Amino acid sequence: MKDFPALKHKFFAARRRLLKMYYESNSGHLGGSLSCLEALIVLFHAVMTPRDRFILSKGHAAGALYVALWSVGLISDEKLSAFSLDNTTLPGHPSGSGIPGMLFPTGSLGHGISLASGLALAAKYKSSDYNVFCLCSDGEWQEGSCWEALIFAIHNRLDNLTVLIDQNGLQAFGTIDEVASMSDLELKIAAFGPSVVSVDGHNLEAINAALTPAGQESRNDNTKIARKPRFILLRTRKGKGTHFENDVSSHYLPLTKEQYIAACEVLIEQEEAL
Amino acid sequence: MRKVFAQEIIAYARRENCFFLTGDLGFMALEEVRDALGERFLNCGVAEQNMVGVAAGIAREGFRVFVYSIAPFCYARPFEQIRNDVCFSRLPVCLVGNGGGYAYGHMGPTHHALEDCAAMLALGLDVFAPAFDSDMAPLLAKLDGPAYLRLGYDVRPAGETPPPYAPWRRLLRGDKGILVALGPLGGLAWGAFKDYPADERPDVWAVTEMPLQSVPETIVARLNSGQPLAVVEEHVVQGGLGMQLTYLLAALGVNVKKMLHRAALGYPSGRYGSQAFHRRECGLDVIGIQNMVTNEMEIQS
Repeated sequence: MKDFPALKHKFFAARRRLLKMYYESNSGHLGGSLSCLEALIVLFHAVMTPRDRFILSKGHAAGALYVALWSVGLISDEKLSAFSLDNTTLPGHPSGSGIPGMLFPTGSLGHGISLASGLALAAKYKSSDYNVFCLCSDGEWQEGSCWEALIFAIHNRLDNLTVLIDQNGLQAFGTIDEVASMSDLELKIAAFGPSVVSVDGHNLEAINAALTPAGQESRNDNTKIARKPRFILLRTRKGKGTHFENDVSSHYLPLTKEQYIAACEVLIEQEEAL
Repeated sequence: MRKVFAQEIIAYARRENCFFLTGDLGFMALEEVRDALGERFLNCGVAEQNMVGVAAGIAREGFRVFVYSIAPFCYARPFEQIRNDVCFSRLPVCLVGNGGGYAYGHMGPTHHALEDCAAMLALGLDVFAPAFDSDMAPLLAKLDGPAYLRLGYDVRPAGETPPPYAPWRRLLRGDKGILVALGPLGGLAWGAFKDYPADERPDVWAVTEMPLQSVPETIVARLNSGQPLAVVEEHVVQGGLGMQLTYLLAALGVNVKKMLHRAALGYPSGRYGSQAFHRRECGLDVIGIQNMVTNEMEIQS
């Protein structure tokens, strides 16, 4: 789907459903879902084919993934209503089973890029043409295993792997700069040699442009230089469109009724502006 | 055992669609595996967490994956990757830990694997601790879900041929109680008692698979008749063969009158040395096991 007005309506519907889901389940971790929802909507509606693989390395954004899958018809509304409740198939972090396309349980940070690299490597061996996408957080890069995976993916020339980084600048107990600054993450990753771009992570067109093969450099070129994984940094705001936008509290706190209504009103305003 | 393992992996890879990952280990041991497997062999570098995650990804696409390293680097460093990435999805990944117990001897405590079986069993892996080189092929043939293969040294008595492979194998017949050994210690115990008269030695058994699924009826009968049980394992007491066996025996209602246990004690003297040195410190050497049987293994009436 490259009809951006239609895609924006899909996005608004997904965000409305996401807010409702978190409010009704009284769950936290809404902030990290709101910062990456645009990327997931673009991925699932406009970029990925049914054969492609996706790993949510930032498992605490499970809600955004569930809603994206709901948006493309892979999860029913009834299932979504049981999010994070007893007897659910949709726990607060993905279980890795029982949901189409969800390949691994995630939630502990620093696992996803390795898993995605394994999938991408197997695709190469099988001469399969599917691509692998992995979404991680920026705080996640404090995990050493991310850097292990980065080295591996580049060394093995996994040009069928795309890693998206939700760069909202916040982690669980402060800003990234306060807790354990990585300074210029883009520069650091780029120093290892992959293709790296930074885009507005709340702009559907910009995300799509970064993810679209036409925007890649020589993907089909068989030279060593061209065969490398892609990294896309998404400049985002945690808790986008809510009272706790860009606030650490969005990592944990659920919405009160008033906050939920206010967030829905913001959404309506944005939709009307569109 | 490692050389035999390498040859068996080459044979296995001819039949099965598998990958072999190593954490930069295998010099003068895995070169033939590398050459035989081609692009299915990957040196993942010194990055064990990533290696296990990559293994899970490959396994998710339908391949069996072997992950090889010195034992503690294989099961301890990437523990969470084993738990979350491999075990939660029951993927066919076989962790191969070279140097079970004190096998890396002089290399020091960071290279020893004393709690590996307990850790892997707790996560739900099948644990295989081959006693003899000839166990390798039948064990590889048994691989199903997540597994941990603990490699050591085959120390069977010179000139002896082990019985055909089974999870429980009687290596010697004896009248003085039951001695059960984990993996290679079976060969050690075999050598320790093979020249003893039958009435002065125990029945010697080797166990090579955990979790234990059953106990041979002959052992149950003899324990119920009051004969003592001895367990020897190059592994800590917690979560090892002795604990598992007594738990299973209790569940079966077996009345064990006396149990002796020799297990890995860590580093009781604060000194370090060869595998033989550490076994001696723990009473897991030939003399220690012989003394245990001679001095402590009286038949109860």
